[in-house]
Amino acid sequence: MTAVETAPPAGGPAGRAGRRARAAEMSDRGRAERRLGLLLSAPAVIVMLVVTAYPLFNALYLSLFSYRITAPDDRRFVWFGNYVTALTDGLFWQDVFTTFVVTAITVGVELVIGFALAMVMHRALFARRTLRTAILLPYGIVTVISGFAWLYAFDLQSGFVNAWLGLGDYDWFGGRWSSLFVIILSEIWKTTPFVSLLLLAGLAQVSNDLDEAATVDGATAWQRLWRVTIPNMKAAIMVAVLFRTLDAWRIFDNVFVMTSGQNQTETLSFLTYRQTITRTAIGLGDAVGVLLFLSVLLIAVVFIKGFRVDLSQVRGDR
Amino acid sequence: MVERTRTRTRYGGGRRAGAGTRTARTARGAVAAVLLAAGLSACGGDGGTPTLSWYINPDSGGQARLAESCTKAAGGRYRITTSVLPNDATQQREQLIRRLAAKDSGLDIMSLDPVFVAEAANAGFLRPFKESEAGHFTEGVFRPAVQNSTWEGKLYAAPFWANTQILWYRKSAAQKAGVDPTAPDFTWDKMIDAAARSGVTVGVQGNKYEGYMVWINALVASAGGRIISDAERGDDARIEIDSPAGKQAAAVVRKLARSKAASPSLSNDDEEKARSLLNGARGGFMVNWGYIWRAENGDAKDGVIDKSIPGDLGWAPYPRVTPDQPSRPPFGGIELGIGAYGKYKDTFAVEAVKCITSTENMKKYMLDSGNPAARAAVYDDPEVRKEFPMAGLIRDSIGAAAPRPITPYYTDVSGATQSRWHPPAAVDPASTPRRSATFIRQVLRDQALL
Repeated sequence: MTAVETAPPAGGPAGRAGRRARAAEMSDRGRAERRLGLLLSAPAVIVMLVVTAYPLFNALYLSLFSYRITAPDDRRFVWFGNYVTALTDGLFWQDVFTTFVVTAITVGVELVIGFALAMVMHRALFARRTLRTAILLPYGIVTVISGFAWLYAFDLQSGFVNAWLGLGDYDWFGGRWSSLFVIILSEIWKTTPFVSLLLLAGLAQVSNDLDEAATVDGATAWQRLWRVTIPNMKAAIMVAVLFRTLDAWRIFDNVFVMTSGQNQTETLSFLTYRQTITRTAIGLGDAVGVLLFLSVLLIAVVFIKGFRVDLSQVRGDR
Repeated sequence: MVERTRTRTRYGGGRRAGAGTRTARTARGAVAAVLLAAGLSACGGDGGTPTLSWYINPDSGGQARLAESCTKAAGGRYRITTSVLPNDATQQREQLIRRLAAKDSGLDIMSLDPVFVAEAANAGFLRPFKESEAGHFTEGVFRPAVQNSTWEGKLYAAPFWANTQILWYRKSAAQKAGVDPTAPDFTWDKMIDAAARSGVTVGVQGNKYEGYMVWINALVASAGGRIISDAERGDDARIEIDSPAGKQAAAVVRKLARSKAASPSLSNDDEEKARSLLNGARGGFMVNWGYIWRAENGDAKDGVIDKSIPGDLGWAPYPRVTPDQPSRPPFGGIELGIGAYGKYKDTFAVEAVKCITSTENMKKYMLDSGNPAARAAVYDDPEVRKEFPMAGLIRDSIGAAAPRPITPYYTDVSGATQSRWHPPAAVDPASTPRRSATFIRQVLRDQALL
């Protein structure tokens, strides 16, 4: 951390010359430590290459074929045909839209509720631990299990929600928007604690002095929130939004459990699953998977570059 | 697996012993190897007995009991262990197909849904039965079960139990509606009208899953049509769903979905939801598989449903689409396939499948689990007749049943059909069969996502 901050700018001729000079100056002990460092990190790098890079490149390669695992002899190289099929298919764009709706609503609502919960946890004077545990509890539950819990609660035959709300025979999972409503509700319940945890970390980094100074200057609580607290935790907010957006964009479990993608509730991950696992159309499925990966990459780049998100905030480096 | 572990251990011990020169080290190595091998063989149970893994679909324990009895019958030459597959037929296939594609030698015997036999056989994942063996597995077996187990003239699976849907109804509801569901001209139209008139429901499987495909296929077949033909031509198969029969089937789906007789959760209903609907206050009629009789009696005994319900339960042939044409009920069940990569595929696996599918064991399984046997002779057994008063109807229905398309691309055909026919209320005879025909073709040729 300190080394990074004090290091001269790298990349230019001066940087290279500097590095060479430093290497020449490096003591035996320094070189040995560096070697040890490389050796210690090598297994992790190799594991990462095996579990991440290999499947990714394999998927890229296979996406250029018309290929099913049940008909290995019929494998044909089709260039980018699978991508054209996917990108010109109405179903793909319908699923993009569904994924976007789920992401936008869940992230928006979670940010507001998560912030409120973070404030409660931050300001709580007593029973802090109990409060934090209670708020974090949903996040500890496996998504598939929480998905089933919400499914059974809203189910027409086994559920209690209709009885509570006096809705009679209303079938929540019979229509697109009512199904998405339950899916979104379940997502919000499940992952709001994650957002509140990140925001709590951000809140803790806002200096009390600033708040007190604003109070002395006569700022109201509302003004202090908008002019002092939120601007000072911008990085934490952006990191929370980035992480949750990436998470929500890949939503699968709740859709799988509650609707199996019917009534136009299918998301991009589910579309990939259906092509690859159900149809065993590996080529087409990998093309959709690569498109999903690219969209995730795009979101990450837009957030990190466009909104200047500082990922070191979540590590507490600053 | 136990065998492999033990072999590896022995080799390991040998290398260690050979590396050392001193006698003491050799002795220590040998003792360690012996102890390790003994310990591992103790973990393996009965040591060197070959073990066959049978992947079964979930049932009430009947298949596991058959595995035990066939193990006993083998007299120590082999034993059969069971592993349970997921609940849903589609997910059962997903698990098996992926493992078979990876040439998994751990799949000795598999309980396969009939519609997936063609795909697995075409891919070379199943060991075909020799002609000398085939006769044993097909003798006296229902024709649709043999058809579904055969691919390109070879028998790839042994019919184990066969299944069909019949019409289940509450006698009181039928009486109130003034209809006789057992009458030869009882049609879907008559049933839907009678149910709507008397405020009861008609339960079907309308969820977007395989059960919905079962219903659509039965309606199309009952109207005298087929969804596809020339299935052996793979993605060039003839698609025939856009036909007068397809339109008649669509008309039935639409009529029910838009009538008062529809379940309020029709677009999500599976077999169990339909059963729960029949047991409810508005229970009237339901098409469902043969397991219903055992399930209803069990639930009544356990107090889950009213004790009077099984006595009020009637059964009749699958309803007709047109009064002058007999219905073609759905066909289901389980066939036993032998994995192409198993160690004992040519020896013990064949023997074990012979044991499991013997007429005696089919009868035993039917009495034990309530799933109907694949051999017609079982239905004449007095014990079976006593336990299943509708045995004769089930036997005739299986004989008349129409298999779903027998094609290696079945999942695509089924998925594409479900996709265009769901939700049931949106089905339109004027457009749905045509749209589904186009879509099936596109999906078969990888020109559309599913």
